Amino acid sequence: MLQLMAFNAAYAQIIDSDELERWPACFTEHCHYRITHVENEQEGLPAGVVWADSRAMLEDRIAALREANIYERQRYRHLLGTPHIESADAHSASACTPFMVARIMGTGETMLFATGHYNDRFVMEAGRLLLAERVAVCDSTVTDTLMALPL
Amino acid sequence: MKEHTIHWKNEALTRVPFDVYSDPAVTRQEQERVFHGATWNYVCLDVDLPEAGSYRATFVGETPVIVVKDADGEIYAFENRCAHRGALIALEKSGRVQNFQCVYHAWSYNLQGDLIGVAFEKGVKGAGGMPADFCKQEHGPRKLRVATFCGLVFASFHEDVLPIEEYLGAQICERIERVLHKPVQVIGRFTQALPNDWKLYAENVRDSYHASLLHMFFTTFEINRLSQKGGVIVDESGGNHVSYSMIDAAAKDSSYQDQGLRSDHGRYRLKDPSVLAGFDEYPDGVTLQILSVFPGFVLQQIQNCLAVRQVLPKGQGRSELNWTYLGYADDTAQQRGVRLKQSNLIGPAGFISMEDGAVGGFVQRGIAGAAGLEAVIEMGGSGAQSSDGRATETSVRGFWKAYRQHMGV
Repeated sequence: MLQLMAFNAAYAQIIDSDELERWPACFTEHCHYRITHVENEQEGLPAGVVWADSRAMLEDRIAALREANIYERQRYRHLLGTPHIESADAHSASACTPFMVARIMGTGETMLFATGHYNDRFVMEAGRLLLAERVAVCDSTVTDTLMALPL
Repeated sequence: MKEHTIHWKNEALTRVPFDVYSDPAVTRQEQERVFHGATWNYVCLDVDLPEAGSYRATFVGETPVIVVKDADGEIYAFENRCAHRGALIALEKSGRVQNFQCVYHAWSYNLQGDLIGVAFEKGVKGAGGMPADFCKQEHGPRKLRVATFCGLVFASFHEDVLPIEEYLGAQICERIERVLHKPVQVIGRFTQALPNDWKLYAENVRDSYHASLLHMFFTTFEINRLSQKGGVIVDESGGNHVSYSMIDAAAKDSSYQDQGLRSDHGRYRLKDPSVLAGFDEYPDGVTLQILSVFPGFVLQQIQNCLAVRQVLPKGQGRSELNWTYLGYADDTAQQRGVRLKQSNLIGPAGFISMEDGAVGGFVQRGIAGAAGLEAVIEMGGSGAQSSDGRATETSVRGFWKAYRQHMGV
């Protein structure tokens, strides 16, 4: 439990402090990462606003955010809840962790941007805890304006 | 009588008064003249209504509507507004029902929107009740005309709207058919709240000029698009358009296999180019087709990534974009996987679409003090005809041609 919480704290810190280049390293090489919402999940619709099946895709997304995509200066503040652990052994764990993410625009506007939960599958690789899968399931079906930074 | 306060200086389509994006009187008139006018408004897909009683609650302009399949297999649409006190009849976005019943006083409606039941119509124990001459047939939510084309369901409040194929025009019909030529399956739905008037998004979709300037993803990663040629089709009304790019038959060689692959000398390269790896499924070589239907419908094919988009006004300076991501019903698992990966290009976080969510807001904020001033829409001339190149604003002018015709301005 503490390990997962420490992992999540570091994960949030990486995004919120704009160290996005470190974000893909939270994942395994053949990870799955997806951002979706609760209605798609309930209906079994597989698409995501972000959909990746490799760490390299996450690296490409950060490169695109840095070099290609145009969006106003903004930051996130993640508040992550206590992981609900569904199963765990020495090598892996499945957990569900609630999140709230505020978005702070360069103009000063702060809004509650997203709430939801992560459906996670963690694995130990070479003594490091990594995400083999993280599905960010938003509670709302609506995204305000655009989603540049990852959840 | 024209209550509009906006001054359109002349007939030319090359100038648009900024007030048109922010004037409350315009917003009111649009509801009546555009969304309740002689237009076809996309409401859902026929696959959203698989069986009798299946319904979706959506909007035509700002008016809530219910679209539902009856036992006769036909699709009906009517206002989502109880004839009694005006409450919403359906509260869920979708579902399956025998009849609809308003939660407020339990007035009930059949699947064609006819009022069929009034609770305590005859009173209770002889007291109360509706007057003896109350006629249920004379009360009910307004009904809309419904037309289906290639599995797209459109609705109209107007009696004199053109037949759907005529409204779309032959070239637009053909371009819809080339994508929706077999049954589709919904693979995801997402809504994007846009901080701008709906027309700024409608223009953005028709604006083939901005594509390679605002969206730098393909350019930055030097994704090979050299063998592409493109064009813009605008229908006679101006309101419907297609912007496309395709493999240049003259240059068709191994570059097609390289399509989507990284350049050898790029500064930035995709580490996982599989995001763009596709398969050849359209024999005409069209790799990108963005199609719009006035006022608020978009059909998109970007490589193998298919979606429909519904643009809805949401009050002053706000709108909503409903994305429905599609695959074909007969997709193999591998094809479906390709579509899911390519969907990184589109939607609120899309590599080549996220900017479109924000740029309308940049205009909306930019014009805050610009009453009486105008936008310049002159790229590619002053007309609204089809064009061979895409460095043109012809289809944006087409939008205004149709808009002004409907608005009578």
